[in-house]
Amino acid sequence: MSELTPGFADPVLGAQSCFRAILEAMSRPGRLQRVAGIDQPPAPLGVAAAATMLTLADADTPVWTDAGRAAEDWLRFHAGCPLVASPAEAAFLLATGRMPALATLAQGSEEEPHRSATLIVEVRTLAETVGWKLTGPGIETEHRLQVAGLPADFLRQWAANRRGFPRGVDVVLTAGPWLAALPRTTRIEEA
Amino acid sequence: MTIETGYNFGYLDENTKRMIRRALLKAVAIPGHQVPFGSREMPLPYGWGTGGIQVTASVIGPQDRLKVIDQGADDTTNAVSIRRFFAKVAGVATTERTSGATIIQTRHRIPEVKLREGQILVYQVPMPEPLFRLEPRVSETRRMHALADYGLMHVRLYEDIARHGHIAISYNYPVMVGGRYLMSPSPIPAFDNPKMHRMPALQLFGAGREKRIYAVPPYTSVQSLDFEDHPFQPIRANAACALCGARDSYLDEVVTDDKGGRMFVCSDTDYCNTRQAAREAAE
Amino acid sequence: MAYVAVKGGERAIDAAHAWLAEARRGDATLPELSLEQIEQQLGLAVDRVMAEGACYDRGLAALAVKQARGDLIEAAFLLRAYRTTLPRFGASLPMDTGAMRLRRRISATYKDLPGGQVLGPTFDYTHRLLDFALAAGGTPPPAPQATPDGEATPRVTGILAQEGLMAPEAPSETEPPDLTREPLSFPAERPLRLQALARGDEGFLLAMGYSTQRGYGNAHPFVGEIRMGEVAVEIAPPELGFPIEIGEITVTECQMVNQFAGSKTEPPQFTRGYGLVFGHGERKAMAMSLVDRALRARELGEEVDAPAQSEEFVLYHCDNVEATGFVEHLKLPHYVDFQSELEKVREMRATVFREAAE
Repeated sequence: MSELTPGFADPVLGAQSCFRAILEAMSRPGRLQRVAGIDQPPAPLGVAAAATMLTLADADTPVWTDAGRAAEDWLRFHAGCPLVASPAEAAFLLATGRMPALATLAQGSEEEPHRSATLIVEVRTLAETVGWKLTGPGIETEHRLQVAGLPADFLRQWAANRRGFPRGVDVVLTAGPWLAALPRTTRIEEA
Repeated sequence: MTIETGYNFGYLDENTKRMIRRALLKAVAIPGHQVPFGSREMPLPYGWGTGGIQVTASVIGPQDRLKVIDQGADDTTNAVSIRRFFAKVAGVATTERTSGATIIQTRHRIPEVKLREGQILVYQVPMPEPLFRLEPRVSETRRMHALADYGLMHVRLYEDIARHGHIAISYNYPVMVGGRYLMSPSPIPAFDNPKMHRMPALQLFGAGREKRIYAVPPYTSVQSLDFEDHPFQPIRANAACALCGARDSYLDEVVTDDKGGRMFVCSDTDYCNTRQAAREAAE
Repeated sequence: MAYVAVKGGERAIDAAHAWLAEARRGDATLPELSLEQIEQQLGLAVDRVMAEGACYDRGLAALAVKQARGDLIEAAFLLRAYRTTLPRFGASLPMDTGAMRLRRRISATYKDLPGGQVLGPTFDYTHRLLDFALAAGGTPPPAPQATPDGEATPRVTGILAQEGLMAPEAPSETEPPDLTREPLSFPAERPLRLQALARGDEGFLLAMGYSTQRGYGNAHPFVGEIRMGEVAVEIAPPELGFPIEIGEITVTECQMVNQFAGSKTEPPQFTRGYGLVFGHGERKAMAMSLVDRALRARELGEEVDAPAQSEEFVLYHCDNVEATGFVEHLKLPHYVDFQSELEKVREMRATVFREAAE
């Protein structure tokens, strides 16, 4: 535990400003937001992924992650969240390797579609003027988003996720200090 | 970080904020769906805007500029009281200018000036359930939302037309969000409903006593329920504002004597003041 | 101009608060009430505020009563708003009310019972004649004292259970839900219902309990036992591994015994309605036990047709802090909506008159 790096330099304002970035990202799917406030996130987490977890996860939210021992210790210490082995039981999932399939995660019910998982995926790169064409709530005409580091069948999984609306998983993509969100309402077309 | 009083920034403790923030994100992801949340007892009474206050407290930061309106006005007593609360517990800058605010907490109105990206409109909601007058049991209305079974509401509107020739709802006029969820716009006049449609700003709704949060993301379809042969019609008094001359704003009717004398003035005080100032500057 | 007078909220609020403080103090030539006086001499008001404020602290409840000028719902609200800001250190172990140090204990179902009946400090057999001697003040003569005989005081429901006549309550290790953290959801199980009722408004529960006696709900209640006194509160900190007593509180418990005709799976027997409140709150404990029993209709397979048997109806409306907020918010300005209604009614009247003229 002695090697644990600190969490937010300012826990109250750090979480507030990170939450605003996530809220803005979720409200305007595909737009990139820059997050700060954590100097040394535990490898392999970037600043945005680490800050997102500290902003949203706590003792009430089971978390699944593949990020390894250092990140697990860091999350347990700073967020106090229980870590679970089964992706289906998690409220938040933090994937740094191959992401778990969307269909295996908590989808919520027709009456309680909000009881669904949020998947945070650390990807290689994010760019917003090229790539996929996003449409749907939060988008005036169309947003562009290019992501490197998702499974090849992501768009097929995403289309199935959308068909389940109002049930479904919401996704936050992170790359270093950057994040973008894909709420379940977003339609994605390949460029 | 504490501002005066020994309470946390924004009054709420961090656990509560996290819980509300999680609810807000799900609300944005499922436009118009009511997300239950563990509403806290606030130092203001239920019905005074505790839902809106909890939402604002979970969103607001030191960079924000907060505007609070009640009935469209910044200086009504409850708006003053809520603005003071946030000035005290969050130390944030407040403003009466709609265009200068990053967060606008409102009760019963949407400002006249078109809101823009980067702004958040927080509504205080007394009854989040649009169907409650037709079906008071929450377990039943939850099922209706799950099935998108809104026949009851259509029948009610149709009966209005059959009986009165009009839909007799003038405020809290139900809307469909994103073509899926029936939603209460909160008790804003029906005049304001069209402003919700594809609004560039984010709209968040907090109902403290009923413990529900819901949202309309930017640029999302919000349609007032109507029928082809009886299209939705926003209503306003057919008059001009006596102070600024506006014919496009929502008007308050002010009784001036006991002999039937009355005048009409803008309900949105910032809109009215801005127009008056512009006119004076031009003269 | 009248329009301007409605505005200027900031100054009006400050002036109103100053006036309120002055009205609270009343005639300044009279001695001011101390919190100790309220706690000692208006003890049942303090108890009610602790119960409905859901916070056991006599001193703070007395302060709330003073600050609220004796408005007990306002006082409960003050205490709730304070309570919600307190950190949680842990949960107490279930209290053993069987080990209560009794100040009052009565049973209506048995003439006598082990441990005996203890009348205690009750209004029950007072003649409700205004006591003009009390108006003059003075110290009452000391009440007679007796030494407790040390006999055990088993609960009446336990006596019935020995004979198999009382439906057993299955103990559960499940963490009870907490409606102050998670919003109510339905169907609501009994721990959640009891929590809501324990915080609920005495007047509301009284009326609901009363309605079950008048045929709205199928109730045949007997007071198995009411007991009031002091009970130890224990916690078991994980780092210690054993329970420690952190103090004691006064509570009132009522176990209402109801006949139950039996069902497909259960033989005829008695069932219980349960009431437990902070302080000496006998009326509320009794009403609570009636309503608790009525709300068990669903799980006992009884018909659910009376208001007191409807979980949604009772649980959504029993909280007086919620209720008073929503009822009283009607005095906030609503003129924007009223303006819409004015225009709508004018328009509808015009339509009616036009059609009549045609």
